[in-house]
Amino acid sequence: MTAPANIIPTFDVVRARADFPILARQVYGKRLTYLDSAASAQKPRLVLEAMTRFAESDYANVHRGVHFLSAAATDAYEAARRTVQKFLNATSENEIIFTKGGTEAINLVSYAFLAPRIQPGDEIVLSVMEHHSNIVPWHFLRERNGAVLKWVDVKNDGSLDVEAFATSISPRTRLAAITHMSNVLGTVTPLKEIVARAHAKGVPVLADGCQGAVHEMVDVQALDVDFYALTGHKLYGPTGIGALYAKRTHLKAMRPFNGGGEMIREVTRDLVSYADPPARFEAGTPPIIESVGLAAALDYLMGLDRAAIKAHEHALLSYARERVRDFNWLRVIGDAPGKGAILSFEAEGMHAHDVATILDREGVAVRAGHHCAQVLMERFGVASTSRASFALYNNRADVDALVEALAKARKILS
Amino acid sequence: MDESLRELYQEVILDHSRHPRHFGPLEHATHKAEGYNPLCGDRVTVMLALDRDGRVADIRFQGKGCAISQASASMMTEMLAGRTLPEAQKLMNGFLHLVKGEEASDLALEDREQLDAMAGISEFPMRVKCATLAWHTFRNALDEGEISGGAP
Repeated sequence: MTAPANIIPTFDVVRARADFPILARQVYGKRLTYLDSAASAQKPRLVLEAMTRFAESDYANVHRGVHFLSAAATDAYEAARRTVQKFLNATSENEIIFTKGGTEAINLVSYAFLAPRIQPGDEIVLSVMEHHSNIVPWHFLRERNGAVLKWVDVKNDGSLDVEAFATSISPRTRLAAITHMSNVLGTVTPLKEIVARAHAKGVPVLADGCQGAVHEMVDVQALDVDFYALTGHKLYGPTGIGALYAKRTHLKAMRPFNGGGEMIREVTRDLVSYADPPARFEAGTPPIIESVGLAAALDYLMGLDRAAIKAHEHALLSYARERVRDFNWLRVIGDAPGKGAILSFEAEGMHAHDVATILDREGVAVRAGHHCAQVLMERFGVASTSRASFALYNNRADVDALVEALAKARKILS
Repeated sequence: MDESLRELYQEVILDHSRHPRHFGPLEHATHKAEGYNPLCGDRVTVMLALDRDGRVADIRFQGKGCAISQASASMMTEMLAGRTLPEAQKLMNGFLHLVKGEEASDLALEDREQLDAMAGISEFPMRVKCATLAWHTFRNALDEGEISGGAP
């Protein structure tokens, strides 16, 4: 849905673009048109500077030494945890576990929460538009524990069939694992309703928020969601760090994930006891510098008008759709009401990789392929799509470059 | 327009991709393999029949993919038909060198000319896998051994 036009100017994209050094570079002598932020977003200067500053002045390992720098680093790391808590509006900072990314966050829930609760024949409900990172960890439980995967379809416009979701939950369902926003279709799921319908039947919900956390305002308390996974590098932060929000009651009952330093209370020759959450789930030296970068990125986002960013991104999507309307050879996949700013499409007679190669030489970066969502590709009967994904720093010139490059691809390939 | 793009998507390539030669099932295939590129989801099946002298008597392919992978498969079937296995191996080695931008000295002059359209791929390292898919699948078809119940 398009936001009212009068909201759009309140987001100053010119100023925002100046925050991202990489946007000034050229590729193949052409202006960079970066439309692959759903794969990984570019980083504002202040994120890079925060990491450098920290590494140059306050760095040491955390939670270990008694020395000055160890204390400074621990403070920074724990402050980052509170920043994530604030970003998600979690009740307690102890409900935030740092992981190396969204994938690890979901694997953590699969291993530490669900696996011990699965009896053969127990069910896990997931949607056909999940990313592989929210599919494969559950396949593990199918292979190893005899879990049954129950798939919820999407409608032809790409929206989640909430009624189908509700009816797919049975007395044997142990978890529903649903994306907050599809990385291919842009569909935003009605997470609050999903959680309410699942909870009504006593089923906990994990939300894959790798895209949702970027584009939606997340309040885990209002959503009442049990687990929420996010990754730093799509949130304008660094790679190598993500976070899992989990309700405290779940965390207390969960077995450890990785074993190693930092996650124990005591280790003897015969016994081991474990630390309380969140440390229990953070074995080994964590991504310390990256935590500082993630906090800087989240502070940056929270310092902007996020509703205005959303309106800005939606306006770009609307503009892109309007501009490709005359391309009768282009089929857009995903048209759910209120969808996020992702344009996935199939071009008649042109393979996505050929399209992406030609776009690339025009300086236009898009993703081509199955987007780690092969179940969804099968649902729509396509082998691959091209995907342009919009971020806060994109502008109308990016859309124009995309459209012109598409016209060129058509000319070359048809 | 970008010269390397023109080189990559030249008429020969587009013609092969739009009108692939030797496309379709091969009855009496003695060897068969399916190739899959998990990066893009492209699939190709290569089927061939070796005759008593160990020559590629017939070769066909099926599959879906980008213009590069389809054109490469089409050209491959055109060029391999009638060759002995050592000749096929030599051609394949030469092709692999060519698309990676390496010295392809083992290619006969005539083969080099026929494969000229493929040389532009070396400028697109992300696309080399598209070009080599069918060739590797051909190799796998041979490695997997004769299909039981196939032609003599």
